[in-house]
Amino acid sequence: MPGAIYAEGLVKTFGDVRALDGVDLDVPQGTVLGLLGPNGAGKTTTVRCLTTLLRPDSGTAVVAGLDVLRQPDAVRRSIGLSGQFAAVDEYLTGRENLQMVGQLYQMSARAARARAGELLEQFHLTEAADRPAKTYSGGMRRRLDLAAALVVSPPVMFMDEPTTGLDPRNRQQLWDVIKQLVSDGTTLLLTTQYLEEADHLAHEIAVVDHGRVIAKGTSDQLKARTGGERVELVVHERDRIQDASGVLRGFGKGEVTVEEHTRKLTVPVTGGAKLLAEVIRELDARGVEIDDIGLRRPTLDDVFLSLTGHVAEATDEDNGQKAGRAAQDRRRRKETTK
Amino acid sequence: MSAATDTLRTPAPAGAFGRSVRDSLVVAKRNLIRMVRIPEVVIFGLIQPIMFVVLFSYVFGGSMNIGGTTSPSVYREFLMAGIFAQTVTFATAGAGAGIAEDMHKGLIDRFRSLPMARGAVLTGRTLADLVQTALTLVILAVVALLVGWRTHTNVGEVLAAFGLLLLSGYAFTWIGALIGLSVRTPEAATSGGLVWLFPVTFISNAFVDSSRMTPWLRHIAEWNPFSATVQACRQLFGNPGVSTSEAWPMQHPVWASLIYSILIVLIFRTLAVRKYRSATA
Ligand SMILES: Nc1ncnc2c1ncn2[C@@H]1O[C@H](COP(=O)(O)OP(=O)(O)OP(=O)(O)O)[C@@H](O)[C@H]1O
Ligand SMILES: [Mg+2]
Repeated sequence: MPGAIYAEGLVKTFGDVRALDGVDLDVPQGTVLGLLGPNGAGKTTTVRCLTTLLRPDSGTAVVAGLDVLRQPDAVRRSIGLSGQFAAVDEYLTGRENLQMVGQLYQMSARAARARAGELLEQFHLTEAADRPAKTYSGGMRRRLDLAAALVVSPPVMFMDEPTTGLDPRNRQQLWDVIKQLVSDGTTLLLTTQYLEEADHLAHEIAVVDHGRVIAKGTSDQLKARTGGERVELVVHERDRIQDASGVLRGFGKGEVTVEEHTRKLTVPVTGGAKLLAEVIRELDARGVEIDDIGLRRPTLDDVFLSLTGHVAEATDEDNGQKAGRAAQDRRRRKETTK
Repeated sequence: MSAATDTLRTPAPAGAFGRSVRDSLVVAKRNLIRMVRIPEVVIFGLIQPIMFVVLFSYVFGGSMNIGGTTSPSVYREFLMAGIFAQTVTFATAGAGAGIAEDMHKGLIDRFRSLPMARGAVLTGRTLADLVQTALTLVILAVVALLVGWRTHTNVGEVLAAFGLLLLSGYAFTWIGALIGLSVRTPEAATSGGLVWLFPVTFISNAFVDSSRMTPWLRHIAEWNPFSATVQACRQLFGNPGVSTSEAWPMQHPVWASLIYSILIVLIFRTLAVRKYRSATA
């Protein structure tokens, strides 16, 4: 049985940009899927297709058991959406914004007012509740937008980069709200640039790049794919690199990689902290002075890097390169289909 | 969550039409709140027609031949129906800019993800504009009375004229809605909502006696939907300069104005709602 959010072969093109190139997703009810991917990967486009805002060129999408293309109105009754950019009316107060959304979810005016009050409290906006949203800070607007997505506590929620622009305290609070929702049975699809956030909240993570899901699994499964733990050390003097390398080779389970200019050596290991202590003793015995040493487990950052070939929070430069690469890919794809 | 929320999950058992009316009113209320908080928009909307009243009646009055006389006071009475009708059409720009801004700010996305009636966002906006138009007309009528405009019929006919003006203004806001959904920025919607209105309102009987135009232009002017409303108002106000042309809209201006306005609403509402459904910010 398909999950609360199910997508198969979603394709969406904008002119000659293939934003989605066959996205498949399956999110069981009551779980969180973290959609991870570099800028321009197709995260927002996926969310927009699943929330009836955009019609995919092809593919199937089912949300809360309803066909997104055939029953869009019923889908809208079952979802809450917080888009990538806060969509609040600046000239309305926070309270008026939430009340309006409640009424448009077909609540009575009184019920909508009551619900708005609850949400304002939950999102720490009570003090600013009766000021026009124009006077809100970026983070406050973001919170108001999230509150709007939660007005009816719908069974399926979509949040596009919900914590971007929130300070650590508000981020933590939003995480708590999300966990509460999920423990009450809500299914959530969340996109994020913060790998820590996906690690923390998501039951399953899907990595997207160039409009495709290129890897899927729990955080641990993804990390395991990238390899196990390794010892990383920095020697004090450049001419001792060879000696240090010799020591590591003795303990390692694979090849030692050396970065000359940073004097950094890395080797995959098994054995954890005990092994690390032995390495340190051996280096000491040979008189190799070190600046830094540690045992590293792969982070989602490593996963991301190894899967997509670039870091999560891409810089503009990366984007430029990526755009070039995407264009090449497309050309190649076209040639093969000819 | 709270007890309140659970009872709220079940939508109010309203039919499709009831829902549509209710949602439109919610959106209209939102737009009216905005108008109150940004009064500049309403105020600037008033300055322009008031300026026209003063400029036209004092600059052109005296040199315009209406029904064989160039008396300034006759021109002033002739002019007012034209200014009223032109003013209501300018609501087009406001509606267009408002909807373009909602698209731009992502609000249309929020609305489109809600289980609300499809046309309600646009209907709500046009209803709010109708309220603004009514307010503008009241103030403009007072100014017109101050410069010497008078009606010479009964209250019923005068109210009927204002009714036709409101309906015509309402129809034009649907053209604005379509423009707002079709352009990328609020600025483009404002200018896009205005430019074509100048030829429409000037190639008409609004400011000059159309019987004095070159034949082909006169033909356009007499069949111009805008002229029908102006002619109807002149007739209903008992003001001078009612055209005696044989053209059907000039002979039956009230009917013509009603039919034109209703046709514009039907056509542009259909197009705008269809566009809204596929709109992407
Ligand atoms: N309306 C549009 N018109 C043209 N191209 C678009 C449109 N929307 C998205 N795209 C393109 O589709 C691709 C995917 O965009 P999308 O917004 O889904 O990326 P994303 O993963 O959400 O990125 P980010 O992390 O920057 O938010 C990009 O190349 C983008 O330029
Ligand atoms: Mg995005």
